[in-house]
Amino acid sequence: MSDTAALPSSFDPNDRWGLHPRVALRPEPFGALAYHYDNRRLNFVRSPALVALLKILADHESVSVAFDHSGVADARRPAFERALSALAASDFLQPLPELERNGSPG
Amino acid sequence: MTALTEELKAGLDAPICLTWELTYACNLACVHCLSSSGRRDPNELSTEEAKAVIDEMRSLQVFYVNIGGGEPMIRPDFFELVEYATSNGVGVKFSTNGSRIDEERAKQLAGMDYLDIQISIDGATAQTNDRVRGEGSFDTAIAAMDHLQAANFGPFKISVVITRENVSQLDEFESLASKYGAELRLTRLRPAGRGADTWHELHPLHEQQVELYHWLLARPQVLTGDSFFHLNALGDENLPGLNLCGAGRVVCLIDPVGDVYACPFVLHDEFKAGNVRDTGGFSSVWKESELFTELREPQSAGACASCGQFDACQGGCMAAKFFTGMPLDGPDPECVSGHGSEALSNIGVEMRPTPTADHSKPTPVKLGATRV
Repeated sequence: MSDTAALPSSFDPNDRWGLHPRVALRPEPFGALAYHYDNRRLNFVRSPALVALLKILADHESVSVAFDHSGVADARRPAFERALSALAASDFLQPLPELERNGSPG
Repeated sequence: MTALTEELKAGLDAPICLTWELTYACNLACVHCLSSSGRRDPNELSTEEAKAVIDEMRSLQVFYVNIGGGEPMIRPDFFELVEYATSNGVGVKFSTNGSRIDEERAKQLAGMDYLDIQISIDGATAQTNDRVRGEGSFDTAIAAMDHLQAANFGPFKISVVITRENVSQLDEFESLASKYGAELRLTRLRPAGRGADTWHELHPLHEQQVELYHWLLARPQVLTGDSFFHLNALGDENLPGLNLCGAGRVVCLIDPVGDVYACPFVLHDEFKAGNVRDTGGFSSVWKESELFTELREPQSAGACASCGQFDACQGGCMAAKFFTGMPLDGPDPECVSGHGSEALSNIGVEMRPTPTADHSKPTPVKLGATRV
């Protein structure tokens, strides 16, 4: 937990973010239902593309890089970023430490 | 209307809000009991069958279940089932009259994760409450709250059904909740179960609905289970919530014998979609039953189509219409524009549906009567 203090607390697409480990995604026709087991809040993720992005978020060094890999059209990025920012504000996303740059760790 | 509302109307892959009544047994005999509870049904789900239902909830990713009854804590396997659910990622919120929460059980409950408790009271004073819930029931509920507080359970919920007699006590309910650090939850009186007989005397009057609407608007933190969306036609501002009838779309009810109904307020054969003991279990009922498929199709606004407020109130509550004998594609009996009361006055008692399941004890249940 000692790293946490150094992590950004507000959402910036240049940082690395990922789904909170206590959040579960349930597939739905409109996208997914997200449930946070800690704060017991429910969120509607209303786009299958956004659900796909959420799943790969933590695999990339920043949200922007995740966008590049997601195939989300540039025109939709601002709307998706707003959605991610809202999810971050309700603790559904959490900031993650920087990813090791060169290949596998060690 | 938002696109989300439209999507939800077409139904979800699993319910968001699943109510599960564990038993028809109850030590109380509330005059408005939605499930006409009192006596246990000999055909109630066994512990193993109940666990199989929880297994299904887990695989469907039903994140939490609202447990009720009857009085659910009467079931000897109550703690076993709650622990089984929470340890399988199915959180539990349960409603109780508090009679089984003593010092020891309060400690046990305080030690459990993913557990929320709702204590029901229907008056902020014993006098108001006990007329509806029976003599001594207010003191019993307060004692349970004291035990939970002493055990450091944390914030529980105080759940109130709003009636003509308690709507003047909204501020007192709020003070009571704040005294216990509890959340206040207010829900709508439905004419279902034994409530079919008492609703006509107990449902809030028009002026009271107006007062309630403004009181709730000023307090978005008060929980309502989205049950007052028919009040949205009173102003420009909507109460927080989904503003739609979720029956068979986002909510449903499993009763103690495993029957699956469209919502907690329509325990009647007409709204029974199947049984969890059927082949394919609960999942098949939810996904494939004829009734639920029908409820997910676009519904006609019927007689309400020409009313400018339809988008705000959505025609109100299906159960309220059904049990008062009103057409389902017409106004809610408590329509705030008065279309309901007008229609209601033309409906004779003989036009109301006959109850199909009644587990009341043999003693007649009457408002304000002394009951044992």
